[in-house]
Amino acid sequence: MHELSLCRGMLQQVTRIAEAHHAIAINAIRLHIGPLAGVEVALLERAFPLVSRGTIAEHAALEVTRSVVTIYCRKCGNKCEPKRLLICNSCHNSVTQLLSGDEMRIENIVLKKRDQTGHVH
Amino acid sequence: MCTNCGCNGGKRYRVQGDGFSADHAPAGETVIVDVHRTLLFDNDQQAARNRQRLTKHNITAINLMSSPGSGKTTLLECTIDELLSRYHIAVIEGDLETENDARRIRAKGVEAVQITTGNACHLDATMVDSALQQLDLEQIDLLFIENVGNLVCPASFDLGQHRNVTLLSTTEGDDKPEKYPLIFRASDLLLISKIDLLPLLDEFDLQCATDSFASVAADTPLLPLSAKRGDGVAQWLAWLNDTHQHLQRSS
Repeated sequence: MHELSLCRGMLQQVTRIAEAHHAIAINAIRLHIGPLAGVEVALLERAFPLVSRGTIAEHAALEVTRSVVTIYCRKCGNKCEPKRLLICNSCHNSVTQLLSGDEMRIENIVLKKRDQTGHVH
Repeated sequence: MCTNCGCNGGKRYRVQGDGFSADHAPAGETVIVDVHRTLLFDNDQQAARNRQRLTKHNITAINLMSSPGSGKTTLLECTIDELLSRYHIAVIEGDLETENDARRIRAKGVEAVQITTGNACHLDATMVDSALQQLDLEQIDLLFIENVGNLVCPASFDLGQHRNVTLLSTTEGDDKPEKYPLIFRASDLLLISKIDLLPLLDEFDLQCATDSFASVAADTPLLPLSAKRGDGVAQWLAWLNDTHQHLQRSS
């Protein structure tokens, strides 16, 4: 349910960056989202057109890469993608440290540049 | 090549962060700007400002999270009864609608600011910032932020609190931690509330709840508690006291 506010926050950020770069449009927004980020990607994708309508990001493609959960086991030192919750695959201990899987990150954005006077190509 | 600036047309331009200008990219070309920031960047910035402000005033801020009806307000009432002689307490109440919880707190003689979020399922750092502006921070030692009852969304939004306390009541499923790992993982303390009801509830097994919690947050302390009957309340107050003293020493 909070995907709408996440989407608004994202749009504010990318809009600021686009303006700082004098872009005329944002062509793409590339995200990395982990399974433990608490983000439902389908809801985020549905929220995006509503939030971006009439903005510089209106026609941007939202490209989501889903990352995986990886943990480091503090008992046996194993690094793995856990089969169950955050439990180590080799020693089945739950005292583990999350290495990835909770990120909701804007990797990069693709901007379309404004025509600049004086530039001859 | 661009005759003005020498930049190379025909390829994509990649620049770092938003501090650098990509103006040299030819018109109509695209530029990739690396961002590497969380979607919650703006909220996190505001939360950091809130935390700084609270710390400057020697306030310990506790964010209380749980499902609706797990006993957050009852816990606060009990905590206020026990601690009001020692600490200046204030409460920020988050709810979709009504001032009911804030009224219950005010009846205890404690200042309470109600945030009604309307449709929003969680508090965010900006809402807390505006609530802080309504409080006299000079007069507060302990600030409780009672988040909107919800086990999903509040976990993602830093408010500027110093500690997260999550309640899991015995009237809920004992496998909640595994179902909602995010919020339980974000906790600094888990309170199993309403344990006075345990004899009536066959479905809730305290050991199962403990195991379920350990599988997502193995290092985090857990305390069974009944705000009504008083079990675990002394340990809860001791935890609050230790946390406050610890933060005072480190600030």
